[in-house]
Amino acid sequence: MNTSIRRFFYGDIPGQESGGTPAPEGPKNDWPLWEVFIRSKQGLDHKHVGSLHATDAQMAIENARDVYTRRQEGVSIWVVKSQDIHASRPEEAGELYDPAADKIYRHPTFYDLPDAISHM
Amino acid sequence: MSVHDLEKVFQEKIDSETKIEPLDWMPEAYRKTNIRQISQHAHSEIVGMLPEGNWISRAPSLKRKAILLAKVQDEAGHGLYLYSACETLGISREETINDLHSGRAKYSSIFNYPTLTWADIGAVGWLVDGAAIMNQVMLTRTSYGPYARAMVRICKEESFHQRQGFESLLVLSKGSPEQQAMCQDAINRWWWPALMMFGPRDSESTNSDQSMKWKIKRKTNDELRQQFVDMCVEQVKLLGMTLPDPNLKWNAERNHYDFGEIDWNEFWQVVKGNGPCNKERLQARKQAWEEGAWVREAAAAHAAKKQKRTAAHAA
Repeated sequence: MNTSIRRFFYGDIPGQESGGTPAPEGPKNDWPLWEVFIRSKQGLDHKHVGSLHATDAQMAIENARDVYTRRQEGVSIWVVKSQDIHASRPEEAGELYDPAADKIYRHPTFYDLPDAISHM
Repeated sequence: MSVHDLEKVFQEKIDSETKIEPLDWMPEAYRKTNIRQISQHAHSEIVGMLPEGNWISRAPSLKRKAILLAKVQDEAGHGLYLYSACETLGISREETINDLHSGRAKYSSIFNYPTLTWADIGAVGWLVDGAAIMNQVMLTRTSYGPYARAMVRICKEESFHQRQGFESLLVLSKGSPEQQAMCQDAINRWWWPALMMFGPRDSESTNSDQSMKWKIKRKTNDELRQQFVDMCVEQVKLLGMTLPDPNLKWNAERNHYDFGEIDWNEFWQVVKGNGPCNKERLQARKQAWEEGAWVREAAAAHAAKKQKRTAAHAA
């Protein structure tokens, strides 16, 4: 039995020399990456579902239809170039959200009212 | 924070079932393990279209053809969900595809077996998708957020794949003697390769420990395989067929079915590239990529031209 292949990632797929290491630097030929947002039905927000590659917005929407709505999961699609998404930094989450942490009086439960009061 | 502290915080998050998201700090080995596992999972979906694609033009009825087309299209979709999850870890699509074509990245060995008869399509749906579902249901709870979300989406769709396969076999099992024989033959050929899909025995698979600690995997190969055997032994009865293993026997002490030994020599041969269709599968992928080059170039040129025209119009 061959014992040199010992790392397995997905069931029967061996892990040795199995990708994941950056390829030698060359021109990047990928079409732009687009993030896809789907409104599942009227009245609900668009929700992020994933991404795909496309040359332009129209192709991105058409591909998103095929990839993300094969079972009528959506009534509206938004696509936005991934490079145009700006995100807050997880390592700064502490400072970023700190101002909200000590303002418990913003929550209705902060107020102690007599049980007799109704409709409030 | 030192790397040591970051690792500690990271492990605490994993232990408390907090998902890891793309921008979060993660150990380099966690990133690499996920890139490998997710990309190889994606490649499996894409290569997995080939054995079934073989029968689209020869499906026995329009209904079966439409079902098979929809299933194969789903596999393409599953590959894309997974490539998308993989890219959140900082590897480009082109790199992952190159890894597949150069042979550096692998895909599930099961797709290196041929689909010889129509009954194979049913057996693939029932057994191969059934085995994949065991793995994938576990992975809906994996620790990396984008991977887990892709798995939820995939599992919802995968159920159709397994059910259509079983139903297709059910029809054959009630058919002519020839159809019944074809059904049994397909089960005989796919049973053992399906069991191999869970990978080597736990005692042989050393990276499971780290993957379990990071909650990338949550069950061992042997646990999943046993679960699958227990399930199939009951299901095959509904087909009036048998599984090709004389050692299958209920074990009241373990509360599981005992089963025979997998031919590990065959397993390693296919893994190492000597299966019936390894070369053919990779060749088909490379050919599709190369022959599609002009389409990719034309689409890019068209988009550039359109953009220029829009810019000129705006000015």
